[in-house]
Amino acid sequence: MSERITLAKGLNMGLRRAMEDDSKVLVMGEDVGKLGGVFRITDGLQKDFGEDRVIDSPLAESGIVGTAVGLALRGYRPVVEIQFDGFVYPAYDQIVCQVAKMHFRSRGRSRMPMVIRIPFGGGIGAVEHHSESPEAQFAHTPGLKVVACSNPVDGYWMLQQAIACDDPVVFLEPKRQYHADKADLDTSATPEPLFSSRVVRPGTDLTLLAYGPTVKTALRVAEAAATEGRSVEVIDLRTLSPLDMGPVLASVRRTGRAVVCHEAHVNLGMGAELSARITEECFYSLEAPVLRVGGFDTPYPASRIEEDFLPDLDRVLDAVDRSMEF
Amino acid sequence: MSQPDHSPGAEAGFGPDLAEVFGPSQTDGGPELVQLLTPEGERVHHPEFDLDFSEEQLRGFYRDMVLTRRIDVEATALQRHGELGIWAQLLGQEAAQIGAGRALRTQDHVFPTYREHGVAWCRGIDPLRLLGLFRGVDHGDWDPAEFGFGLYTIVIGAQTLHATGYAMGMQRDGVVGTGDPDRDAAVIAHFGDGASSQGDVNEAFIFAASYNAPVVFFCQNNQWAISEPIERQSRIPLYQRALGFGFPGVRVDGNDVLATYAVTQAALQRARDGQGPTFVEAYTYRMGAHTTTDDPTRYRLSADVESWKLKDPIARLEAYLKRNGLADAAYFEELADEADRLGATLREGCKALPEPRILDTFDHVYAEQTDELAAQRAGYAAYLDSFEGAAR
Repeated sequence: MSERITLAKGLNMGLRRAMEDDSKVLVMGEDVGKLGGVFRITDGLQKDFGEDRVIDSPLAESGIVGTAVGLALRGYRPVVEIQFDGFVYPAYDQIVCQVAKMHFRSRGRSRMPMVIRIPFGGGIGAVEHHSESPEAQFAHTPGLKVVACSNPVDGYWMLQQAIACDDPVVFLEPKRQYHADKADLDTSATPEPLFSSRVVRPGTDLTLLAYGPTVKTALRVAEAAATEGRSVEVIDLRTLSPLDMGPVLASVRRTGRAVVCHEAHVNLGMGAELSARITEECFYSLEAPVLRVGGFDTPYPASRIEEDFLPDLDRVLDAVDRSMEF
Repeated sequence: MSQPDHSPGAEAGFGPDLAEVFGPSQTDGGPELVQLLTPEGERVHHPEFDLDFSEEQLRGFYRDMVLTRRIDVEATALQRHGELGIWAQLLGQEAAQIGAGRALRTQDHVFPTYREHGVAWCRGIDPLRLLGLFRGVDHGDWDPAEFGFGLYTIVIGAQTLHATGYAMGMQRDGVVGTGDPDRDAAVIAHFGDGASSQGDVNEAFIFAASYNAPVVFFCQNNQWAISEPIERQSRIPLYQRALGFGFPGVRVDGNDVLATYAVTQAALQRARDGQGPTFVEAYTYRMGAHTTTDDPTRYRLSADVESWKLKDPIARLEAYLKRNGLADAAYFEELADEADRLGATLREGCKALPEPRILDTFDHVYAEQTDELAAQRAGYAAYLDSFEGAAR
């Protein structure tokens, strides 16, 4: 029995099921109660699970994450919502110095089963601080796990898996996809493991790596390239820390070419790490250097020109061309 | 002919004195400190916070303070001998910590800074374990759940939020306000005057107030944040800030173990009963340096230190015990011997603390190990093994 749902609905259903399955799961954040969150991801949860489990917090991100640390130490599994990517920085100290290090500091005596949900990426015409892609800053931090979903079905399963994980997970949600495309969800299916990458379109000429909001772009790129006789394999990374390099390396060994695409700034972004790892492992298979397409190394621009900043079909196709012609 | 009034207040129509319009920006010093034992060792009484202490209890406080001071003295010496990299001294703050520590019940939970050696002692943590962090062999080697005492937190004030969240967890566990003394629990968050400026501490106040969390914010105002005096942190007495957040604050003589015990016990009971947070400012003095790396002669007057010596927390209780015949010479001799034995144990034990191994650290990052970190560990192990005669 399947249902056609949006990403927002998939996440909402995933949260609901996690809360039904485990009474220790709590939801915390700004406006997550009656309003259901500014993106409605927590819609209806407070009504059904009560104010003790769906907690409207004061407007202080360090406070949200810091109190979630205490709740986790007490045996709860808090799922905190950071309202927008650009608002995570007041909580950065708690995330990097406390959440990430608690298990290590205590040599495994204290666990930190917390999920930090962050709507990320651009494309919604928002004002400053509402369109950022901070994933590399968290993927760089030992002790955190970082994943990004790209579609409604993954949203449903990955969120439940992240909540069940005994380690802290930064869970990135492509906000421009929240209410966009629908997909068929079969809630009785068996999901793939959380920390696994997936080939979402097979190909033979070039490997295109994407995650979160750029998966959709990458699939369009593959389609456009096919009309020019180029077979592009698209991999949805899904997990950014740890990286699941198995499918990536297997693909690049076949295609000999790789392009990485993300909305985050290119400099020291996920693409840099992926490029280094591919080069280390596939040096003799490579026909071209690994190329990166991403946001420019400028702060995120005003929204009227954000589509010029974001990697779009043409810029990624251009990188595909450059790789093929190398 | 009179001069026109050009003061801004006059133009706005408020009259000449805007200070009058807004009221004072600073309060007076507030009521006297809560005190039950004067620096001279005289037992005094307080209308709200007074208790009857048994002789055994009084001798217990004294023993706790003497042994805690001995831990501090030994650890300082161990640092000077190169056995510890650094030590955060508590000299002068024994009463504040023992008073607060002894007011706890087993089911309560403590979130300490890195200076709560006396509270750790009260929680039954082997003082040798406190040395590991300062020797550089671990980041704290006790199980917080077992002792109800969190790991030392280095980032100033971060633990006050953890304390508040933990207290919110207690509320959800139904262990607040049931009326069962063996069940009802509370959290105590330790921090200092410097930390009171941190955003996290202020956010902790807001969250605790908003959810009426069972947490006591216990601030040891030792007057100094490394080199910065309390005046750099606050224009009003710290305990008066609490009211602005919507819960009560009280200032207690932090060098008086009896008063600190009485006030903290009342605040903890208030929390356990479900009446929410309380701010306790234990007014004390950091007699030593911030840590063994610090040199207080660069920024404070020795005359100030000398005047605080007269308020020593141990001396005043000793005077009280002796004057009232509550402890005889044999008691003091026995305690001195016990302190010596503790010192010897610490000196020997410190050097015997096991050295950490770098390969073990890979296993502590995650509860669910990742393939990539396991591979990095294996790679480094293979590298170590590649050396002739490698033994790891």
